[in-house]
Amino acid sequence: MVKLGVKDLSISYAGERVLEGVNFDIQEHEIFGIIGPANAGKTSFLKAINRMDMFNTEMTVDGEIRFNNVDVSKIRNVYGLRRRIGVVFPLPVGLPLSIYDNVALAPRLGGQKDKAELDIIVERCLTRAALWDEVKDRLDSLGSMLSGGQQQRLTIARALSQDPEMLMLDEFSIAVDPVTTMRIEDVLKELRSEVTIILVTNLVQQARRLADRTAFFLGGRCVEVGVTEDLFTGEVQDQRTRDYVEGRFG
Amino acid sequence: MEQPAQNTSSGVDASFDQLNRDWYIDKAVQVLVFLGGISAIVFIIGIFVFISKEGFGFLVGDFNFKEFFFSPNWRPTSESKETFGILALVAGTASVTGLAMLIAIPFSLGAAIFIAEFASGKTREFLKITVELLAAIPSVVWGFIGLAIMNPIIIETFNVPVGLNVLNAGVILGLMAAPIMTSIAEDALKAVPDRYREAAEAMGATRWQVIYKVVLPAAKNGLLGAVLLGVGRGFGETMAVLMATGHSINIPTSVFDSVRALTATIAAELGETAAGSSHYQALFTIGIFLFIITFIINLAADLIVRGVRKG
Ligand SMILES: Nc1ncnc2c1ncn2[C@@H]1O[C@H](COP(=O)(O)OP(=O)(O)OP(=O)(O)O)[C@@H](O)[C@H]1O
Ligand SMILES: [Mg+2]
Repeated sequence: MVKLGVKDLSISYAGERVLEGVNFDIQEHEIFGIIGPANAGKTSFLKAINRMDMFNTEMTVDGEIRFNNVDVSKIRNVYGLRRRIGVVFPLPVGLPLSIYDNVALAPRLGGQKDKAELDIIVERCLTRAALWDEVKDRLDSLGSMLSGGQQQRLTIARALSQDPEMLMLDEFSIAVDPVTTMRIEDVLKELRSEVTIILVTNLVQQARRLADRTAFFLGGRCVEVGVTEDLFTGEVQDQRTRDYVEGRFG
Repeated sequence: MEQPAQNTSSGVDASFDQLNRDWYIDKAVQVLVFLGGISAIVFIIGIFVFISKEGFGFLVGDFNFKEFFFSPNWRPTSESKETFGILALVAGTASVTGLAMLIAIPFSLGAAIFIAEFASGKTREFLKITVELLAAIPSVVWGFIGLAIMNPIIIETFNVPVGLNVLNAGVILGLMAAPIMTSIAEDALKAVPDRYREAAEAMGATRWQVIYKVVLPAAKNGLLGAVLLGVGRGFGETMAVLMATGHSINIPTSVFDSVRALTATIAAELGETAAGSSHYQALFTIGIFLFIITFIINLAADLIVRGVRKG
């Protein structure tokens, strides 16, 4: 089943094109990788999906993005859409609330008030984000006081607390040490059976380890989409893809 | 070919010990900044010492703790028996400040939220400048507004004999404190990084939820600072309350009672007392009291802000 369908998508800031010609479908329960050098338009693509363009008057999105076969540009309640899509940003964002409140925030926004229910959600999400053991004794200390790597896992726990259908991760490992990165990658592999994952990464090997299929963005265009392994074994349509994955530029 | 020097370390050491222009400028700036900081402290201590010295005679002589704090009678010039009780004056200051905060807190918080979170571009700039202009209105002008405009309005609207009372002064003081509180609260909200808002928005929080659940908790130190500053302003304000309270000694039982403030008492009476008299010294003792209260408010603000920051 197609989870996210993208057709003729283009994005501009103040009239200037930064991404165009994106066409692909993301299947339910796959990990879809997006690789590409800086300024390729990867982050902008994610922002278009959960309608983060709403408050940025400069940003315009043309073309079509269908989530569960619904055109996201026509959704009136964008909050409902965003609650079904978890996002993890490149830099960890531990909100200046307690660790508990960080994770309980999304369920509370969704109307969950039952303390026992919240306790269960908080423990489950922190466990899945491989953070529970480190913080279980100090759930009421500030989330913004954790180390960078811990904050990133907190961010992931928070994204999971929404019980999302889709998870979008934007270069989640740039502020995280390799060991933690590996632990998070293991978590993502486990999640694959339940959620659809879009993984934007500047580490091509990370895409290789995790992604079923991968798209290559370059200079505002989607140059290639294919089964990840094919991209790495040289079965590519575009020569630039091979150059990039082999580290010849970017 | 030149031989590499056998022992270059002495040359390196020499350059480490060379004091150049940058070094001297740096030292000079350090000294200047240090003097600047010290002088502020010296001035404050100096003022405190001066006030204490003037009030000292009263404190060791006529001062009666129980009378001073618990008697509502301020009769410094009574022929039969002078009484120096500040209870009514404290009640005056507290009631006016309390009402002012009741008005100023919601106003300034609302304005700050609107300016920081909703207004953008030209509107925002315009509002910020307006707020700063309002903050710069001299207090005697506010006092005049209380006297000339609020007074008849209160008399007519509520059908009371006098319009110079707690209500009048509270409203005037509230309007006076609101702009500066708005300005500080707005700074506090703006200091909350956008990535917090973005993270909450991405989770599906509505505009109001972002403010209520994330921005306000994150800015609570600064907001508390703004409120305490307003309280400090209320306690310290003199001219406007002198003009708008009615300046009569009373423990108020309703907002339509005239009262008298601590500060206004000093301002109105100090010029007419003989230096060194009991009355004169009692006024300075009120000064000491105000000084200590203000100090405690500021200290509390500081400690709370630090405490919250440490988590
Ligand atoms: N808010 C914005 N306003 C204006 N231009 C923007 C904005 N955000 C991104 N851009 C521009 O859009 C282009 C694509 O940026 P984007 O962040 O999508 O790239 P990216 O592929 O995520 O890069 P990186 O790997 O460095 O994160 C860049 O040229 C950038 O300058
Ligand atoms: Mg990016």
